Amino acid sequence: MAEFTLPKNSKITGGKAWPKPAGATETREFRVYRWNPDDGKNPSVDTYHVDINDCGPMVLDGLIWIKNNIDPTLTFRRSCREGVCGSCAMNIDGQNTLACTKSMHDVAAGGAVKVNPLPHQPVVKDLVPDLTNFYAQYASIEPWLQTTTPTPQKEWKQSHEDREKLDGLYECILCACCSTSCPSYWWNSERFLGPAALLQATRWVNDSRDEATGERLDNLEDPFRLYRCHTIMNCAKACPKGLNPSEAIAELKLKMVERQI
Amino acid sequence: MSRPSSMRTPLGRVRYLGSSHSGTTDFWRQRLTAVAMTVLIVPVIVIVLMLIGRNQAGAAQILGSLPIAIILVLFIIASVWHMKIGMQIIIEDYVHNETLKLASVMANNFFCIAVALASIYAIVKLSSGV
Repeated sequence: MAEFTLPKNSKITGGKAWPKPAGATETREFRVYRWNPDDGKNPSVDTYHVDINDCGPMVLDGLIWIKNNIDPTLTFRRSCREGVCGSCAMNIDGQNTLACTKSMHDVAAGGAVKVNPLPHQPVVKDLVPDLTNFYAQYASIEPWLQTTTPTPQKEWKQSHEDREKLDGLYECILCACCSTSCPSYWWNSERFLGPAALLQATRWVNDSRDEATGERLDNLEDPFRLYRCHTIMNCAKACPKGLNPSEAIAELKLKMVERQI
Repeated sequence: MSRPSSMRTPLGRVRYLGSSHSGTTDFWRQRLTAVAMTVLIVPVIVIVLMLIGRNQAGAAQILGSLPIAIILVLFIIASVWHMKIGMQIIIEDYVHNETLKLASVMANNFFCIAVALASIYAIVKLSSGV
């Protein structure tokens, strides 16, 4: 059966409450998921207090402040700090999003900023999830232009109308916020490709320059790979770029019907 | 599907047995039966209201009308078909043990066929006055 509870060694137990920084006049409480693969202990949630007068406004700023000033062992991914790279995707205040574009002031005032790794993925350490399966699923949709016609001297031409069909799809940064928010992906991540890979598949199916549209649809036509999507729409709610993977998947399903009827 | 060996590459695990090239028929039929039910539900409710409080002879009299019998039979075919596909999706979502999944899907098919046949038999029997 699908697992509805955490395995015994993943259950959260206790956690350290770090003292408030000395001399800080205004602080914000952060409760951060911690797990170290080397100490053999269960995960815990540590409590930190961030001096918001000495720190930027975003949740990522808070995490970097904690790492620099309180606890250098806190582990998380980050790179561009402006919502372009997708590295700092995590679950903040119950919602998958990017720590760099989520303001800590958007989390209900007075409440702690709760930070957890992306749900239902193996954890490497603290806030770092293992996305190996997610990336392999992206590779499986073969995200590159496939053609048989010899490559033209200058460029593959595309009309403005056809180019517009890629809008809302090409902007995906593969942060995995959508796939890891999807209950269908939680229960069947081994077989369901998930919203991110399917949105990317739609991006290539819709590309007028591509000559492998039929093969791409063949590869997706499967009760698990594609049809595990039940239009729950957590993906659209979670996407920090404002995209709608659910709509992209509906486009794929329509194309499947179109070529059959 | 049992989990492929952990020595496989991640891409090998994702590709595994490949695409089954199916699923669209069930997807389409689920929409088809849903639309059919939304059309049929109004006359079905009217027929059920007409049947309330009547004895068997009264019910047989109403169901003796061919259009009424056809509407009820069509509604049963659409709803049972929809039920069969919906239940199979739930089984596939949550039951991961291969043997249990196959047995559950099989039981679902048998149950739906039995419900459909019993219901259709009852309507035909009542409407033909046997």
